[in-house]
Amino acid sequence: MIISVASGKGGTGKTTVATNLAVSLDEQVQFLDCDVEEPNAHLFLKPRMEHKETIWAPVPQVDEERCTLCGKCAEICRFKAIVVIGETVLPFHELCHSCGGCVEVCPEKAITETGRELGVVERGHRNGIRFIHGLLRVGEAMSPPLIKKVRSYAGPESITIIDAPPGTSCPVIAAMNGVDFVLLVTEPTPFGLYDLELAVGAVRTLGIPHGLVINRSDIGDDRVRMYAKEEKIPVLMEIPFDRAIAETYSIGRLMVEEMPHWKEKFRNLYKDIAQLAKGK
Amino acid sequence: MQKGSEGFFMKELVIISGKGGTGKTSLVSAFAALAERKVLCDADVDAADLHLIMNPEVRQRHDFAGGHTAVINRDICTECGLCRELCRWEAISDTFEVDSISCEGCGVCYYFCPEKAIDFPEKTCGEWFVSRTRFGPMVHARLGIAEENSGKLVTLVRQEAKKLAESDSLDLILTDGPPGVGCPVIASIGGATAVLIVAEPTVSGKHDLERVANLANHFRVPSLLCINKYDLNPDESHRIVSLARSMGIGTVGEIPFDPAFTRAMVEGRCIMEFDGGEQAKESVRRVWKGVLQALA
Repeated sequence: MIISVASGKGGTGKTTVATNLAVSLDEQVQFLDCDVEEPNAHLFLKPRMEHKETIWAPVPQVDEERCTLCGKCAEICRFKAIVVIGETVLPFHELCHSCGGCVEVCPEKAITETGRELGVVERGHRNGIRFIHGLLRVGEAMSPPLIKKVRSYAGPESITIIDAPPGTSCPVIAAMNGVDFVLLVTEPTPFGLYDLELAVGAVRTLGIPHGLVINRSDIGDDRVRMYAKEEKIPVLMEIPFDRAIAETYSIGRLMVEEMPHWKEKFRNLYKDIAQLAKGK
Repeated sequence: MQKGSEGFFMKELVIISGKGGTGKTSLVSAFAALAERKVLCDADVDAADLHLIMNPEVRQRHDFAGGHTAVINRDICTECGLCRELCRWEAISDTFEVDSISCEGCGVCYYFCPEKAIDFPEKTCGEWFVSRTRFGPMVHARLGIAEENSGKLVTLVRQEAKKLAESDSLDLILTDGPPGVGCPVIASIGGATAVLIVAEPTVSGKHDLERVANLANHFRVPSLLCINKYDLNPDESHRIVSLARSMGIGTVGEIPFDPAFTRAMVEGRCIMEFDGGEQAKESVRRVWKGVLQALA
């Protein structure tokens, strides 16, 4: 069972829900923090890291001895990542999408691949939870390949919880594609609702069963609930605004540790998710 | 600083945060009420929210063609399998159908197909708009759901905002940026006069601030800091201010937690237009004053 916790709007409580859910369950759990631009789950789960690996994206390098400046590499490249300027072929590594087209097309076999650093993947444990996260190199633009790398480390545990990045474009898709259930976390405000509608659109495009957690459920207005009802999206949990919860979060502590009565609610949340995912 | 075509100096302030949901858009909409002679620009094209407060009257609407997708013509395809072998995105199924979500738009399959059975049409990935609002002109966009190339669309809306500022002789562009540190953020900050980082006093807020401040540094864009909801954890607020100082970033102000921000949002207004939240308003004015001094 792979559950992706996503949101559309940032700061609605994805990490809060994902981390508290992970520590509340008795089953074997692994946690993948796929918000590689700004990963935060480790600040709350505090795993002991055991492995650190630098991840590279393949990018072209040109053997000038062999290159005849025919320009076929520049012609095939859709991303303007390799160009012929005067007497040289110049690869622009930061623009490269690693499609390998230039390597394939070069009639002189003058192009091979070297690497551009995408970031690192760190792996570790916290009690029984296997923890994996990616950290995008600051200055690197492309997060999806690193997200895919984090997901490739998923082990055989019975439950996988993915903390997804905000938004609705390619990084989020990389963190949701192929999962069994998407848990959308929103807040009942106009921004929360608008971004939720976008996120629901993305989840429906992928055809994944989904449900809703309404965080800070007593602020704002009722439009998120009305929307959920109209669209028949089950509301699986509501977390009221509570200064104590906000303060617990601010110091890097888990709700279920400070307020143990939440543990049962997160367990029930999982039961509901398992039920809904089965019915897909 | 960018010189406008008529000889005046145009500045662009981009509001970013690293972590999402720290209050970027609420703050941009408040600045919209305080700033004079400006263009508003929503560069968070992935989950654009500024229009919910600005209620823009759309004057121009344009399609955004952001890339291509491969389409296999099954009538011509001989299922030789070369495309599947070459595709690094595993976007072509064993029945030779292209999964448009996985397709990166690299065109390698299209280029090499020996039967020329693959078409590679340009696709519309979103829309962008030039609008009028009660606070002045606004350029904004909507990226199609599950689409790519948000960085390209961000660059486009910023360019259009700049053109608009030039043609209307406006000297400030107020840009609402996206969260994170990846492609759309990089596209949002390059060449800006300064970024204002909105941070919240939490362990996540501090962690994410450091990364986004390093990003701004990497691209040599000066940064300013504002702490939102500082009173939720005053100790963490102090630590963030010290961290920022050690990175050479000045703090222009702190804003208290105030439910008035959400109430104003529910009414479709910015905090400055809201009846109440006087302390929050006063702190926003101070932040804006600090920003103006830093930009001068």
